[in-house]
Amino acid sequence: MSAETQIHNIGYRKYDGPRLGRAYARRSLYVQSLRGAYGLGRSAKSKVLPMILFGIMCALALIVVAVAVIAKSETLLIDYTRYAIVMQLVIALYVASQAPQSVSRDLRFRSVPLYFSRPIERGDYVLAKYGAMASALFILTASPLLILYVGSLLAKMDFGDQTKGFGQGLVSVALLSLLFGGIGLVLAALTPRRGFGVAAVIAALFISYGAVVTVQAIAWSTDNLQAVTWLGLFSPITLIDGVQTAFLGASTSFPGEAGPGAGAGTVYLLVVLALIAGSYAVLMRRYRKVGL
Amino acid sequence: MYHPTVARLTYRGLLGRRRAAILFVLPVLLVAISAAVRLFNGADDQVAADLLGGFALATMVPLIGVIAGTGAIGPEIDDGSIVYLLAKPVKRPTIIFTKLIVAIGVTMVFSAVPTLIAGLVLNGNGQQVAVAYTVAALVASIAYSALFLLFGTVSRHAVVFGLVYVLVWESLFGSIISGARTLSVQQWALAVADKVTQGEGLVSSDVSLPVAAVLLAVVTVAATWFAGWKLRTLTLAGEE
Repeated sequence: MSAETQIHNIGYRKYDGPRLGRAYARRSLYVQSLRGAYGLGRSAKSKVLPMILFGIMCALALIVVAVAVIAKSETLLIDYTRYAIVMQLVIALYVASQAPQSVSRDLRFRSVPLYFSRPIERGDYVLAKYGAMASALFILTASPLLILYVGSLLAKMDFGDQTKGFGQGLVSVALLSLLFGGIGLVLAALTPRRGFGVAAVIAALFISYGAVVTVQAIAWSTDNLQAVTWLGLFSPITLIDGVQTAFLGASTSFPGEAGPGAGAGTVYLLVVLALIAGSYAVLMRRYRKVGL
Repeated sequence: MYHPTVARLTYRGLLGRRRAAILFVLPVLLVAISAAVRLFNGADDQVAADLLGGFALATMVPLIGVIAGTGAIGPEIDDGSIVYLLAKPVKRPTIIFTKLIVAIGVTMVFSAVPTLIAGLVLNGNGQQVAVAYTVAALVASIAYSALFLLFGTVSRHAVVFGLVYVLVWESLFGSIISGARTLSVQQWALAVADKVTQGEGLVSSDVSLPVAAVLLAVVTVAATWFAGWKLRTLTLAGEE
């Protein structure tokens, strides 16, 4: 046989273009997850719920601003730090509907192994998903604060006061985004069924709040203010409330104004940070062996 | 009307593996809180009524109703395995009715039993508070199951809509706008409970008993009928 003999050359060519690598893949996954959290790049139906919730968050801020401008008042009707606490139901519904969208579908349709056939590692996937969820929540919670801030400046309120309040509010919602995003993703990643994920997230974020408030009210009615302070540790939103009461100059929503001082506030902050780190660790562990 | 095999499959789908965990967590939480309150606060009829009304009936019962009601059919429609069930010579209304029975059973067991236990722990059924709220939970279980089973057949986002109904309509609007309370399963159930305890003042409802009973029956029957009709014309959509 001669050396040139070949059955058929169908002209496959090697890819010799640029390889974009791991960081690029991670960034793409982050961007896609963040867009997906608002239904962008997905069907019209899946845009409805996140957009409605985003609209509600901003609409109330616009109303507050409009009232302040028309009434020419010196302060806003609602504190920057207070806004997320008041709107917690909307935030909880957002996490409950979008966290399972973000991770449950990958698990159910077994697309996770496909992700890992790309040059990304387990840590990249978790980081991109967690980052995207936290960013989406930050957009949801910080946008109304921005509206309030711009509105307060338009109403010629004190620049220093408003900037300080706005800054404190941003720190608080950043913590809240990380905490809620982490809890939401952990619960969603534990079940490939979306419905159960939604219910579990609502139970963790909102029902725990209902339970804490009920017990706090009972403790308050028996004048046990110490207990009121410590009971706040048992639900995510009261944790955030405690941290911002202690360190960010917020007024607490605990009954009897029994928010934590600096000492108890440190415990609150440590618990929040531990929960954030913990949810990251649980997610890392969850994706160690997955979908195969 | 009742199909044992469908019932067994639904039951396994609801309580299989980890899914039962969330159904256990809420009742355990309720009983734990009740025990803690009794320990620190002693027996107090008003506190017992507040806790059972505010936490058990207002949040726990509907949430378990959402999980059981939508969970009885939602996941099957979601992953498409419902076609294997629909392809069998079983009437669609029979499927819905069987799933409704299972959902009602699960909701009752996981909501009414812990409510009774919590009531007994809180004040040993003083002034009939425990029995009243248990009756309310039983009645509410039926209506919630039928309602959320319907949501499950109509929408892929049934859980979210169910939660919006419970948290936004019943809890939020119900506490602000009194008119919203007339159209709330919770208030109808309270009206029945009010009657059972001979109206001793701790359980009260904004709706009169005849209205509540009629609305409960209408909602349950209409939701079940509509769910059966919906299942007959079900089109399986792909993932969005």
